[in-house]
Amino acid sequence: MAGKTLYDKLWNAHLVTEREDGSALIYIDRQIIHEVTSPQAFEGLRMAGRKPWRINASVATIDHNVPTTPFKSAAEIEDETSRIQVQTLQDNTKEFGITEFGIGDVRQGIVHVMAPEQGAVVPGMTVVCGDSHTSTNGALACLAHGIGTSEVEHVLATQTLVAKKMKNMRVSVEGDLGPGVTAKDVVLHIIGVIGTAGGTGYALEFAGSAIRGLSMEGRMTICNMSIEAGARAGMVAVDDVTIDYVKGRPFAPKEADWDKAAAYWRTLVSDADAVFDEDITINAADIRPQVSWGTSPEMVISVDANLPDPATESDEVKRSGMLRAYEYMGLKPGMPVTDIKVDRVFIGSCTNSRIEDLRAAAEVAKGRHKADSVKQVLVVPGSGLVKQQAEKEGLDKIFVEAGFEWREPGCSMCLAMNPDRLEAGEHCASTSNRNFEGRQGNGGRTHLVSPAMAAAAAVAGHFVDIRELGQA
Amino acid sequence: MEKFVRHDGLVAPLDRANVDTDQIIPKQFLKSIKRTGFGPNLFDEWRYLDEGVPGQDNSKRPKNEGFVLNLPRYHGASILLTRRNFGCGSSREHAPWALMDFGFRAILAPSFADIFYNNCFKNGVLPIVLSEDNVEALFQAVEGKEGFRITIDLENQQVIPEAGEPLAFEIDEFRKHCLLNGLDEIGLTLNEADTIRAYEQRRAEREPWVFE
Repeated sequence: MAGKTLYDKLWNAHLVTEREDGSALIYIDRQIIHEVTSPQAFEGLRMAGRKPWRINASVATIDHNVPTTPFKSAAEIEDETSRIQVQTLQDNTKEFGITEFGIGDVRQGIVHVMAPEQGAVVPGMTVVCGDSHTSTNGALACLAHGIGTSEVEHVLATQTLVAKKMKNMRVSVEGDLGPGVTAKDVVLHIIGVIGTAGGTGYALEFAGSAIRGLSMEGRMTICNMSIEAGARAGMVAVDDVTIDYVKGRPFAPKEADWDKAAAYWRTLVSDADAVFDEDITINAADIRPQVSWGTSPEMVISVDANLPDPATESDEVKRSGMLRAYEYMGLKPGMPVTDIKVDRVFIGSCTNSRIEDLRAAAEVAKGRHKADSVKQVLVVPGSGLVKQQAEKEGLDKIFVEAGFEWREPGCSMCLAMNPDRLEAGEHCASTSNRNFEGRQGNGGRTHLVSPAMAAAAAVAGHFVDIRELGQA
Repeated sequence: MEKFVRHDGLVAPLDRANVDTDQIIPKQFLKSIKRTGFGPNLFDEWRYLDEGVPGQDNSKRPKNEGFVLNLPRYHGASILLTRRNFGCGSSREHAPWALMDFGFRAILAPSFADIFYNNCFKNGVLPIVLSEDNVEALFQAVEGKEGFRITIDLENQQVIPEAGEPLAFEIDEFRKHCLLNGLDEIGLTLNEADTIRAYEQRRAEREPWVFE
């Protein structure tokens, strides 16, 4: 019998029951809750007179629509509908007894930054959240994926999900990454290769020496964007990097539990003879710094390339998508990526707002200044703790001296539910995960890049190849 | 949840691939804490020429007259015909809520994004996967004849266009059962509460830290 994949092991360990019709109930260890996708779930519980199955399975915070300028209470949030959602989460978590890291709590932050940082997510768990970037947590060898609000309610009420086993896909990145090439470039490159629906129906395991060589932060960036490749869940096997990351975090197992846990976690790797339904290998040396040019994450190319010609695309549906994207983005086929001017820059989001990301951006910003043509550069840390750490290292001062704005934690301009947004027609170098039409503001034009590439674009006023950036 | 057994309706063709949930319902409308009322802002950025804000009077806004749902011939459509990877992007259930609220009961496409597909079933909206060729043929039929209707027979798993051969489709047995009967999934799962408790006991012996 063939060995098991990491996903097979996680699935088997959480299988509560299999029904005759082929569906299954899987147990959910951890649910992360935020203000946007939970109000209707709590309302559903109340209407049915139900209680949460296991209160300590859930942990909540506010992120999607909090302002990134300082505020002390919900009452200070100007936008009425945002204020109601933030207030509603406070009320719901209080009523049902769920832990919330709320306003003014240093642990508050983007759900997928906060949860691993707190050790609220540890290897071997099933993790869900009403947010598609829940896959981020798979970096800790978890089965982690986004769910809809009805499922948020289902998990609250039953601690389980009705699920069907996905297929297995492995993407191995082998070899050494070149200079200036980061986890973000790796995952954008992967999406460019397999397409935005290439992972649909699969659980993705990222493997290979280049992935093992990444820090936990880098692995989270990679798993974060699994959904942009169509896969609900992405994951990386346990190794020393994983174990070292978890040790000592507030929610992590302690003392006798720790040794037992660590020993079990080390089994959370795909067996050498495991068979994947799809197995893709990518040569790390082929990956160059990436920039997305269109309105789907698969519309991505290397910074040293020219924009693709739709005429050479044989798939008619893809070609019409490219033509529509060119019109929306106001760009022309054949132009060099480095000719694209940027109006705003956003450094943040659950993809790239961890300390390592801010260090990378600060390294570029240090001793330089944003171009006059760039209207705004936002730097938004992923959590209060990331902010604190960055300030301890003096990164905030580097940013401010470079003309960047240093903000409070939240999702911010990744999805523009708070006041941070693009004006119609503006181009943005963004470290977020989606370049959909209108994503960062009605008519806004998003280019997905790494934190270093974003900072470099802020300085130059257009995209530049980070590998060619000299000393400041 | 509203039952879905058999549905006959007018078809609207949305000829785009990779329609994402930010397009289906833009983020500014996610701030509602209700499940209803999203229909007027379905595809807001494509239906209107200005930027929509929650709670406004949409009848006074400038319409994008060329957008398919604004064409008089598609008024009252309850079946959406579209291209591959429909519903990609975020997990927001506001997307199927908006489609349902607008009046759509079924969506026909060559493929759907996983989370969106799953969310539809929780809300009585039936996403149906048909081959690229069949979808292309339906686009031609719908665009070729004003008032083109389709009947969807869930029991027999058939899409029956008003002209042409019925098309069979696949659906998971459990989902079909829940839709046909309008079942409350949470209630069904709680029937197995003892099984869940027994599982928790086994797990807690092996991984106690998960429960602390």
